Amino acid sequence: MTDHCQCSVTVRDVCVKKGGELLLDHVSFTVRHGEVAALLGRNGAGKTTLLKALLGRIPYTGEISFHGPDGAAIAKPRIGYVPQNMSFDRSSPVTAADLLCARMGRRPVWLGHGKRRLEKAASLLAAVGAGPELLEKRLGSLSGGELQRVLLAFALAPQPDLLLLDEPVSAVDRKGAGVFYSLISAMRREHDMPVLLVSHDLAHVEDAATRAILLDRRVVCSGPAAEVMKSAALREAFGLPKGGA
Amino acid sequence: METVYQVMEALLPFDWMEFDYMKNALLAVLLITPLFGLVGTMVVNNRLSFFSDALGHSALTGIAIGVLLGIDNYLASMLGFALLFALGISMVLDSGASSADTVIGVFSSTGLALGVVLLSASGGFAKYSAYLVGDILTVQPEEILLLFLVLLAVLAVWVLLFNQLLLVSVNADLAASKGVRVKLLEKLFVVIVAVIVTISIKWVGVLIINSLLVLPAAAARNVARSMRGYHGISVLISMLSGVAGLILSYYLGTATGGTIVLLSAAAFFATFALSKLRAR
Repeated sequence: MTDHCQCSVTVRDVCVKKGGELLLDHVSFTVRHGEVAALLGRNGAGKTTLLKALLGRIPYTGEISFHGPDGAAIAKPRIGYVPQNMSFDRSSPVTAADLLCARMGRRPVWLGHGKRRLEKAASLLAAVGAGPELLEKRLGSLSGGELQRVLLAFALAPQPDLLLLDEPVSAVDRKGAGVFYSLISAMRREHDMPVLLVSHDLAHVEDAATRAILLDRRVVCSGPAAEVMKSAALREAFGLPKGGA
Repeated sequence: METVYQVMEALLPFDWMEFDYMKNALLAVLLITPLFGLVGTMVVNNRLSFFSDALGHSALTGIAIGVLLGIDNYLASMLGFALLFALGISMVLDSGASSADTVIGVFSSTGLALGVVLLSASGGFAKYSAYLVGDILTVQPEEILLLFLVLLAVLAVWVLLFNQLLLVSVNADLAASKGVRVKLLEKLFVVIVAVIVTISIKWVGVLIINSLLVLPAAAARNVARSMRGYHGISVLISMLSGVAGLILSYYLGTATGGTIVLLSAAAFFATFALSKLRAR
């Protein structure tokens, strides 16, 4: 990727209404290539609603547009998504290999995976620092950290036009969270795709994010992460003492 | 069909094979059970067993509509109503108005009650009570052809769209992030369940059709370690229970559908015990 890369996702005047209530009110921002933008806000500020809009899961007004390296609009963007505390049936016999191979070609995973697809799945896991032994494990038997790595590997193939991380370390211990954010920083340097990160953990956000957007149904403030972290609006939203972060 | 019968007699030289109705029943079982074993995997994964049960109950209303319209073959009216019923449940669920079990419970009891009321008003319910338990021994050669075509269609969907169905069953948001059209897939799946439940209800019966769909997959889940194993074991249990149930019911003089379901239930408890032993 060069300095001229124009990969970006632009959210312009996005509004979401549900039952007469305005959940998002003319939200606008842009995340460019190589940026990790942290989406911050109290519970009910509209973070999850915005993610659902980006995923095309709920109707909205306004515009969400994606642009490739040459600045051309992408009609069908690829989104890598790592969900928060993913709710799924933990007793289901879906393995990590089933999940990763489900997006490699048309062969249905109930007919098996084939050597080539398994090798590719193993290399995806290796890229996020996980071993091939996870492939045969059921998703429900993975630890929080292992599951986040499998989901990150799933999100990164094929390389997404936007990486969406929703409280990605909510089920991981503090050490695991640090490792995960180091990985994200390395991914950003290597792949340069725009990254939108939702997190309550301000310490990790300060380390991993380059920009921050404070949301309270509308964009309260946005800018370089360090500046937003020091803002009075953020301290108020998170109930921090006014003197420091 | 005569050629098929001759091949069956040559391969299976048993006294129960002397009768054409048993040959037809065996062919029907060999087509219905893999279908149910396959689709049942996703019914259980998507926690839709209560939904398929409700679909079975709606068949009575479908029959009643057929009677009111003066149609001899109730399949068309059952299928039409089941599709409307399935999509109706799906739409109400999407609205998020109530929890899934409440919505499905409301539809299920309404479908059953409406069927009973309409049938009793139009000449007595007893005439149609055979649909409650079904009779696979009444299956006709042209119906076997229909089952074969449905099996081919479901297999085609399972080959072309299974991976997307799997992602939706794991997590709808995750599937959407990969460009899967979640709502469309969900609707397609409920239509598939509606079609196979409706087509088979005459032979399996309203009361036990859901067991045939759910039990083999539930049994397979107890011991399967991947989606490949899940499907293989589910289809195997479904087919073995089907064939063994048919033969057993012939010798014991019992209802075939019920016998098949009991064998599937035995498979569930056996695999459940096996999974507990493994966990020790």
